[in-house]
Amino acid sequence: MSEWWTYRPSDFLMFSPRIYWRLFASINESFWPLQPLVIALALAWLARARAHRVAAGALALAVAVVAWAFLWQRFAPINWPARGFAIAFAVLAVLLVALSIGPALRGTSRWPRRRFGGALIAWALLGQPLLAPAFGRPWLQAEVFALAPDPTAIATLGWLLLVEADGRSRIVVRLAVLIASLWLAASAAMLATMGSWQALVPATALLGSCLARMSIHDLRRRATPPLR
Amino acid sequence: MLRPVMQQHSDRSTMTRRRWLGAAIAAGAWPAMAAPQAVATRAIPSSGEAVPAIGLGSWITFNVGGDRGARDDCTEVVRAFFAEGGRMIDSSPMYGSSQPVIGEALQRIGRPAALFSAEKVWTGDGARGAAQIETSRAFWGVARFDLLQVHNLLAWQQHLPMLFEMKAAGRLRYVGITTSEGRRHGEIEQLMRQHPLDFVQLTYNPLDREAEQRLLPLARERGIAVIANRPFREGALIDALARRPLPAWAGEIDCASWAELVLKFIVTHPAVTCAIPATSQLAHLRQNMAAMRGRMPDAALRDRIARAVAAAA
Repeated sequence: MSEWWTYRPSDFLMFSPRIYWRLFASINESFWPLQPLVIALALAWLARARAHRVAAGALALAVAVVAWAFLWQRFAPINWPARGFAIAFAVLAVLLVALSIGPALRGTSRWPRRRFGGALIAWALLGQPLLAPAFGRPWLQAEVFALAPDPTAIATLGWLLLVEADGRSRIVVRLAVLIASLWLAASAAMLATMGSWQALVPATALLGSCLARMSIHDLRRRATPPLR
Repeated sequence: MLRPVMQQHSDRSTMTRRRWLGAAIAAGAWPAMAAPQAVATRAIPSSGEAVPAIGLGSWITFNVGGDRGARDDCTEVVRAFFAEGGRMIDSSPMYGSSQPVIGEALQRIGRPAALFSAEKVWTGDGARGAAQIETSRAFWGVARFDLLQVHNLLAWQQHLPMLFEMKAAGRLRYVGITTSEGRRHGEIEQLMRQHPLDFVQLTYNPLDREAEQRLLPLARERGIAVIANRPFREGALIDALARRPLPAWAGEIDCASWAELVLKFIVTHPAVTCAIPATSQLAHLRQNMAAMRGRMPDAALRDRIARAVAAAA
């Protein structure tokens, strides 16, 4: 791209906010009334938060649905870079399947990760759908976990904070964190370019996830050189 | 006390439609939706063919994907566009789903013969240009495009010879190049000097006037038609102007909105052939098309419009 410095983020926004938000109405209509059932099941899991393999499998399914039904079928026709994110979400689904059938995962013992991970999941399930009416959009355009990319990526990051893995599974977890984080960064940039304050939501989720991952315990350990 | 002076000024500076360009009904083969009034047209220098001074862009506004309601809205905009005497619709493979949306709209309103189809080739791979054009043609559902432009000069070295070949073979009527927001004007100027282009598309409005320095005079000199894109800076200009009252003197050139003032400023530059505002709203479309009717500003009044827009934006 020549004269690349003359381009602004808005030059890459090829759709209108009105059409973007209507994508959520479209997918909600197609999948109704599965939304309350999915949220109820997810909340039931969150109450116990132990069955990590089951959670990984369920998240894989949710991410796969978002990849196909939202990113590929609905978003890509109006935003060709979304094809890349659809593929990235498909890879994320595969990684989550690998975690669900791989070596056992452990629940983290670090409280910042536990608390913030749980908070992210709760937000993704219950908070994110409220943003549509809060920002003056109809309920039909609510962003629901397992159908919309932001709450699904936020829930995935939250769950990845709750678990710890060893060996190869640790690499899989890091890749999954990377993909979900990349989406949230892209979503924050896109929403900011659209002029929506909602950009703060994916940005905050991403920042909080990074901070919780580098918990106080880790920071202290890194700040203190090992004794020789 | 000022009013008579202003009126006098207006009488001197306002051209009649007849003096300006001559009136023409653009949609002659479209009797069911004949324009309610004659519309201002400009001649394409390389052929003498008249095209209405306002066309229809499709960046963002027609990129609605599979949204049924939005597709219906776009169809109504296209229907009203032809009913108001419009002809030129401009799109690009870069514009997401705009091409199939335009094609569906044209099919639903009966493929008006007045259509002037302006498309672009947009790929960095010169070998893929022909296939991309064919895909675009299938989306539009037209036998051939009237105008094909090299979008943002991307791989123009490969695409331009192909487009000239298509024109020579009768598979295309006009060849052009595009840029936007003042980018690569040096290269555009070189290509305008070196190639027998029919059209050049660039950004021009009361705030973005760099093209007046070299490109617009060169277009006149070389007999190249000019399409003005981003007349409203993707709506930002109109949003800013909407906060200010329309000047009283706007009525002297039959303008009832800022959009009409801005468009009349653009299309009365002697080098400009047409402006292509994009919209998905019927009310805005009608406002835009109104700029083709009524009295037009002369140079002095154009300066006044530019000053008013700069002060209000």
